[in-house]
Amino acid sequence: MEKKEIKFSNEALGLVQKMKSRYPEGKQKSALLPILHLAQAEFDGWLSPEVMDYVAQLLGIQSIEVFEVASFYSMYNLKPVGKCLLEVCRTSSCWLRGANEIVAHLENKLGIKEGETTPDGLFTLKTVECLGSCGTAPMLMCGAQFHENLTTSKVDDMLAKLKAENTRKTYLDKVEVNQY
Amino acid sequence: MGKKLLLANDHIPGIQSYDVYRSNGGYLSVEKALKTLKPEDIVEEVKKSGLRGRGGAGFPTGMKWSFLAKPEGVPRYLVCNADESEPGTFKDRYLMSRIPHLLVEGMITSSYALGANTSYIYIRGEYYYVAQILEKAIAEAYQNGWLGQNILGTGYNLDLHVQVGGGAYICGEETALLESLEGKRGNPRIKPPFPAIAGLYGCPTVVNNVETIAAVVPIVNDGGDSYAAIGIGKSTGTKLISASGHIKKPGVYEIEMGITVEEFIYSEAYCGGILNNKKLKAVVAGGSSVPILPADKILTTPAGEKRLMSYESLSEGGFASGTMLGSGGFIVMDEDTSIVENLYTFTRFYHHESCGQCSPCREGTAWMEKLLHKILDGHGTLADVDLLWEIQSKIEGNTICPLGDAAAWPVASAIRHFRSEFESFVSNGNAKHPIN
Ligand SMILES: Cc1cc2nc3c(=O)[nH]c(=O)nc-3n(C[C@H](O)[C@H](O)[C@H](O)COP(=O)(O)O)c2cc1C
Ligand code: FES
Repeated sequence: MEKKEIKFSNEALGLVQKMKSRYPEGKQKSALLPILHLAQAEFDGWLSPEVMDYVAQLLGIQSIEVFEVASFYSMYNLKPVGKCLLEVCRTSSCWLRGANEIVAHLENKLGIKEGETTPDGLFTLKTVECLGSCGTAPMLMCGAQFHENLTTSKVDDMLAKLKAENTRKTYLDKVEVNQY
Repeated sequence: MGKKLLLANDHIPGIQSYDVYRSNGGYLSVEKALKTLKPEDIVEEVKKSGLRGRGGAGFPTGMKWSFLAKPEGVPRYLVCNADESEPGTFKDRYLMSRIPHLLVEGMITSSYALGANTSYIYIRGEYYYVAQILEKAIAEAYQNGWLGQNILGTGYNLDLHVQVGGGAYICGEETALLESLEGKRGNPRIKPPFPAIAGLYGCPTVVNNVETIAAVVPIVNDGGDSYAAIGIGKSTGTKLISASGHIKKPGVYEIEMGITVEEFIYSEAYCGGILNNKKLKAVVAGGSSVPILPADKILTTPAGEKRLMSYESLSEGGFASGTMLGSGGFIVMDEDTSIVENLYTFTRFYHHESCGQCSPCREGTAWMEKLLHKILDGHGTLADVDLLWEIQSKIEGNTICPLGDAAAWPVASAIRHFRSEFESFVSNGNAKHPIN
């Protein structure tokens, strides 16, 4: 992986200031979770030890406090992931409507197993628990975008589109809002 | 169709924007509250309305508000629980993304009633795009003078912020949520002290669900009595139900409390019947945590009456033959569903989501997942079914927060009502369901 200096862009630094200002004096640690999301989006989709040290510095807290939090929550990646992290829900409502078939189809199409990344670094396949989209099951999430009412052919279209775009998807992306 | 209080305007084009929302009666509750009502008057109206917390526990909201401590010189906080992670529940996402200003309006009116000058909406990280919709709505509210300093010239100040979580069901539990909002791991706190005494940053805090806060808007606009006139018994008003699973029309429905479960499942106005016209096998009526019931028990109470969509009717019969309204996550299963396999998805969920503080929950959920895996794989024995029962009974009631109970109840109810299915798995070495 190319070495990059670990420093937020000026725009991101502005956002950090804004996030910190939401909490009372002395309680800036509250901004840790949102800042970690920002860091993950800025630094290749995961939180390396160096990135966590940087976030600790920004908040004036110990690195261990950052790691403690980053390792607790499931949206923070402590290892590199592909540009498109496909998070497929397989809890009850999605399972009832065919989530296992969607996972199998993705494994087949991508030639990887759950938890793995394609050799070109484009896709990582992950199974997750209920994403609050049970009425439009089965579903998966890629970056901020929910892909709902999935069928195998919808999955194929989505993969083709993501391949053509070939960009990193993050939770902070602006997305088209679903019409229900 | 019954009366709608929250979703009456959800299909008006552009209702997400301030102008359309405002021109359809938006922000009237703030005007009325700040200009004509004292904070304690609003608490009184909420008490009269009979509104009960929509996050799952159903605790009377007016009573919760009146417990809020008011020591001199200490800030008070209102925190909205938008963590919505209980499997089967997606109503808050619908409400926030369709009518974001309704939540913002409810937050302003409620914050005024509680004397809070800074309030937070804590939303699950996976709803990041919804957080952005809310932030846009909040920015519009600031621009139009509904937030900030000296709102409507009344001298009342309020700042409202959105906080995104990092992906953890446990942060829906109110004290874990507060820990998370303080930038820490989501480990629930030991209660007492309750948040009403020592909550966010150790200050008095009220935590309420999205739907609860939204319901304050019609209560203030039309009065508590008018809200209480809808519904049945102690289940007043309307309730958002998230309907999913094997039904023809999954989605979010606002119901008047007290319609029959049968109407909800089969009527065209709601779920529209079972997918492919199959037979109903079972329902999880209030989100993954509540007991699963077989078709006959969900449709009829032990007294032989039609069961109603209300707190009381759904729990009639206790855990032997009843369930709970919970968060209103209504999951429907047809005749071909494997109850054991469905339970496996729940148990895997609770194992994944246990925060790990309490041994009965941390170890018990892991054991239950392993045992179910073994049973589904065709290697289980009758003794494993008994062990599963024993483990769940040792988790229930023995943990700091109710996640332990929530993990135990689905297991207990599945064995209670569908024991023969577990037995057929173990006796036939039935491994027709590959696990992944
Ligand atoms: C494990 C667990 C998860 C919970 N998840 C949520 C949730 O996602 N949303 C919610 O509003 N309440 C949730 N609750 C309930 C909250 O602790 C709390 O009772 C609720 O936010 C209070 O608001 P209400 O009185 O308006 O319902 C959860 C409780 C537990 C034990
Ligand atoms: S069960 Fe998949 S989104 Fe809820």
